[in-house]
Amino acid sequence: MRGFFTLFRKEMLRFWKVSFQTLLAPLVSTLLYLLVFAQVMSGRSEIYPGISYREFLVPGLAMMAMLQNAFSNTSSSMVQSKITGNIVFVLLTPLRPIEMFGAYVMAAMVRGMAVGTCVWLVSLLFFPRLPAHPLELLAFALLGNLLAAVLGLIAGIWAEKFDQMAAFQNFLIVPLTFLAGVFYSIHGLPPFWRDVSRFNPFLYMIDGFRHGFFGVSDVAPLDSLLIVGLSAFALSWLTLVLISRGWRLRH
Amino acid sequence: MLDRPLAGIPADPSPARVAAIRIEGAQKSFGSFQALRGVDLEVQQGEFFALLGPNGAGKTTLINLLAGLTRPDAGTLAILGHDVRADYRAARRAVGIVPQELVFDPFFTVRETLRLQCGYFGIRPDAAWIDELLENLQLQDKANANMRALSGGMKRRVLVAQALVHRPAVLVLDEPTAGVDVELRQTLWKFIRRLNAEGQTILLTTHYLEEAQSLCERVAMMKAGRIVALDHTSKLLTDHSHPSVTLRLQAAQVLPGPLAARAVPLADGRLRIAIDSYAEVEQVLAACRESGLTIADLEVGQPDLEDVFVAIMRGEVA
Repeated sequence: MRGFFTLFRKEMLRFWKVSFQTLLAPLVSTLLYLLVFAQVMSGRSEIYPGISYREFLVPGLAMMAMLQNAFSNTSSSMVQSKITGNIVFVLLTPLRPIEMFGAYVMAAMVRGMAVGTCVWLVSLLFFPRLPAHPLELLAFALLGNLLAAVLGLIAGIWAEKFDQMAAFQNFLIVPLTFLAGVFYSIHGLPPFWRDVSRFNPFLYMIDGFRHGFFGVSDVAPLDSLLIVGLSAFALSWLTLVLISRGWRLRH
Repeated sequence: MLDRPLAGIPADPSPARVAAIRIEGAQKSFGSFQALRGVDLEVQQGEFFALLGPNGAGKTTLINLLAGLTRPDAGTLAILGHDVRADYRAARRAVGIVPQELVFDPFFTVRETLRLQCGYFGIRPDAAWIDELLENLQLQDKANANMRALSGGMKRRVLVAQALVHRPAVLVLDEPTAGVDVELRQTLWKFIRRLNAEGQTILLTTHYLEEAQSLCERVAMMKAGRIVALDHTSKLLTDHSHPSVTLRLQAAQVLPGPLAARAVPLADGRLRIAIDSYAEVEQVLAACRESGLTIADLEVGQPDLEDVFVAIMRGEVA
């Protein structure tokens, strides 16, 4: 277990040592989103009864920030280590695949949760409301971070250049999060796009997370939990298999 | 002092003392390029062993297979009897690898780097041992410097310390002296020699053949993915290299017939005569004296691993 804890600690130190970039910057950009959108869309009608559009944005933005940061942490750590070559320091050791997987993913989840918590705390200044279902909120936050961290790990292991990494992030992760109902309810979409959206796993994370916040959602929260949980489990298992086989790590 | 046991050494290696490194039929291709075409090699515990060969011969591929960084297409590899795939945890605990590439983690200081490396091996960082490594590798002043701030030679020495931090029984160094200045090279070898004297097995690749000649008891030479020579260094030298006499005669003088036929003129005007033993030096000098020649300059050359290497790589030796 010491091996796992050491790698976990190293991954935590990696982002902590540059916390301006890894914690503060995402917090600031999320709050800017909140301010700008809240201002521009202030006249918009309520999506759910009793919840202003501005407040509706909070859980979506918090989840988006968490997903992007959890993803960034695993993906950038892995791709940097591979490109600079210092991944050998980990590969030469007796660390088990599950220890490697756990350390990278959990450190990324800590970063995601830290950013999410900060966004939520700051939002309390504007919208003092306690979550309707705190445990549900926590479950979706943890599963969402897990899923994003695992996706980041897959991307980091797959990518051989920063360019490929950027492509993965910009053409897959960013669209999936933006189109997952951060800024809108899917009930407001035309039927075709509503159906397309249903194939986006990120939608269920954000919708379920929002249910934890407000107690209302587009999809039944249990369905969302099941979909997010199964996706996270399946991707984790896949990643573990890839690491065990040394895919793109041991040639 | 190295008064602590080295990790990985079995408590009682006898009666059947296992080989430090055993490689059988190792093959590896990258696409259509065959990097290793069936390599068998056994290095015994406590040996100081050199793996030589030109660039692209397969030395680093072989080391990467031992390290588990690369997976063989065929063949088995074991470190102290632990298969590098089936029993990878024990195998990796038993070996320290100094990679050829100058890699480092820019987020950490030298000491942090070493403490982390300890942890990855499941060991509690041993401050005394880390200090000892830093001192022996002349890094004590840099212990708290960030890795980015270190020169190439220093980074190389940190890599050596990283490979030793878990006290492996086997140390593998892939061109450890590339880009390291003379003084530091000597420091490094002094330390590695001491580790070897205290029982650690050393496998080394280098392009500095005089290093291999002075340090290593046995040498393997690789060419195009195969081992083409494998023997004790002294045996290779006596079999494939000869002493020589190199001399310069006074202007306009020529060697007598039988000697002239054996002499190879060098670019600087000197003549080089290969001899089978040092006793022949006297015969060469006597022949010159009898012909009334005056020797302006004389040098007796010793057998040289470089000659062996060149001969073997040219394929002059089976």
